[in-house]
Amino acid sequence: MRYSGLQVLWQGLTGNRGWGPAWRDPDPKSEYDIVIIGGGGHGLATAYYLAAEHGLTNVAVLEKGYLGGGNVGRNTTIVRANYGLPGNSEFYSHSLKLWEGLEQELNYNVMHSQRGIINLFHSDGQRDAFARRGNAMINQGDDAILLDRAGVRKILPYLDYEQTRFPIYGGLYHPRGGSARHDAVAWGFARGADRRGVDLIQNCEVTGIDIEGGAVRGVQTTRGAIRAKKVGIIVAGRSSQVAAMAGLRLPIESHVLQAFVTEGLKPVIDHVVTYGMGHFYISQSDKGGLVFGGDLDFYASYAARGNLPMAEHVVEAGMTLMPMIGKARMLRSWGGIMDMSSDGSPIIDKTHIDGLYFNGGWCYGGFKAVPGSGHCMAHLMATDRPHEAATKHRLDRFTTGRGLMDEEATGSQHNLH
Amino acid sequence: MQIPCPLCGNRDLREFSIRGHALGAKRPEGETWSADWDDFIHNRDNPAGRTEELWFHGGGCSAWLIVDRDTVTHEVFGAKLASEGGQ
Repeated sequence: MRYSGLQVLWQGLTGNRGWGPAWRDPDPKSEYDIVIIGGGGHGLATAYYLAAEHGLTNVAVLEKGYLGGGNVGRNTTIVRANYGLPGNSEFYSHSLKLWEGLEQELNYNVMHSQRGIINLFHSDGQRDAFARRGNAMINQGDDAILLDRAGVRKILPYLDYEQTRFPIYGGLYHPRGGSARHDAVAWGFARGADRRGVDLIQNCEVTGIDIEGGAVRGVQTTRGAIRAKKVGIIVAGRSSQVAAMAGLRLPIESHVLQAFVTEGLKPVIDHVVTYGMGHFYISQSDKGGLVFGGDLDFYASYAARGNLPMAEHVVEAGMTLMPMIGKARMLRSWGGIMDMSSDGSPIIDKTHIDGLYFNGGWCYGGFKAVPGSGHCMAHLMATDRPHEAATKHRLDRFTTGRGLMDEEATGSQHNLH
Repeated sequence: MQIPCPLCGNRDLREFSIRGHALGAKRPEGETWSADWDDFIHNRDNPAGRTEELWFHGGGCSAWLIVDRDTVTHEVFGAKLASEGGQ
């Protein structure tokens, strides 16, 4: 069924009896051309673009739980293209352009809202760094406006401009940045892939990867063996475990990143705002909750929840920046499992095993990458050549030291990103 | 999360910082870049479950500890001084 305003009206008038499931629930076949391990945002997007752009529909997505039940449902939904380094810059630019046409492409309301992102800065040095980043964004063809203090005050009147410790000097404004509805992105790609013939198989955990003579032959699952000519590992959050089934050790450590949401409020925060000194960022969801978060807890974790020291730190930073939120009651907190690579940037590449491809290491930047990652991964798996927007996302860059994408300039070392 | 420092007793997480598994691996011989050095610096077993990690008690006695911990539940089973239990 094609979704439209007219359809909503018609179904409303006829007792809503015409709505069917948005995708099938097929049993796995014994063989596919391509098997995608992981039914999250990136896996579903990859399957969608394999079918939509490359005509490859003999494809299965294997998900151990339910579709979109991992990190794509556990993030803070920020969409942006404000990176500074070659590699990340063109990739996130590509992804943002896909976001901008995504709802028409998928015939699905992903609630993409380009409300603008303002990264605040609080010193002369930070202004210089942000001006440089803004120039990199403009050179990439994206948008960036350097605002002074008065310019920020005009659009964000509610910040504490009187604080003496970290005074607000200005902000880097990225008008095309914003947010989207996290679940809808997964569901939209799932529906689009299913409609084109891809089998989305839930409650199907991969327990082994079959390799013979240096080439992948298929996977073992809790629902039987499935043969495949090509297999893609797209399971950020559990990359190390799944890759280990193929004998791979990855430059990845899993960490917890917490997020928080308050009770629903009337519209009060119109943009995405980041605090340059306190590891704090915030936006308001369409339901009205203030969604905010901060930095990693900084210890290895698969718990999908964090500890109180970081929760306290994030709330303190928020109160320092915008004391007005102090009366909002916090409803929930949760954690996502971050695939932290040692240079802080992702991987989309072949492995040394023929027919086995890897996509992961998304650190805390996976959500905005969903369309771009799926698009580039599908291109790689279909053609065996990297998409031009993802040529630098190589698995061997850590070994050779060439093309590291160390956005924070802290070195290619764990614990520093 | 509390960590039982052998010198200071049970202390709050915020007194500690983690070094992770980096020194749990064997440090390669020599200073020439090799696959062993790449493996040592970048690659990780990254276990989901019970594991031993190096932690630093910077907000306390400044000792390096080997902490026995579960990365899935955050349960801490114990800690010993790296100087006594390490390699």
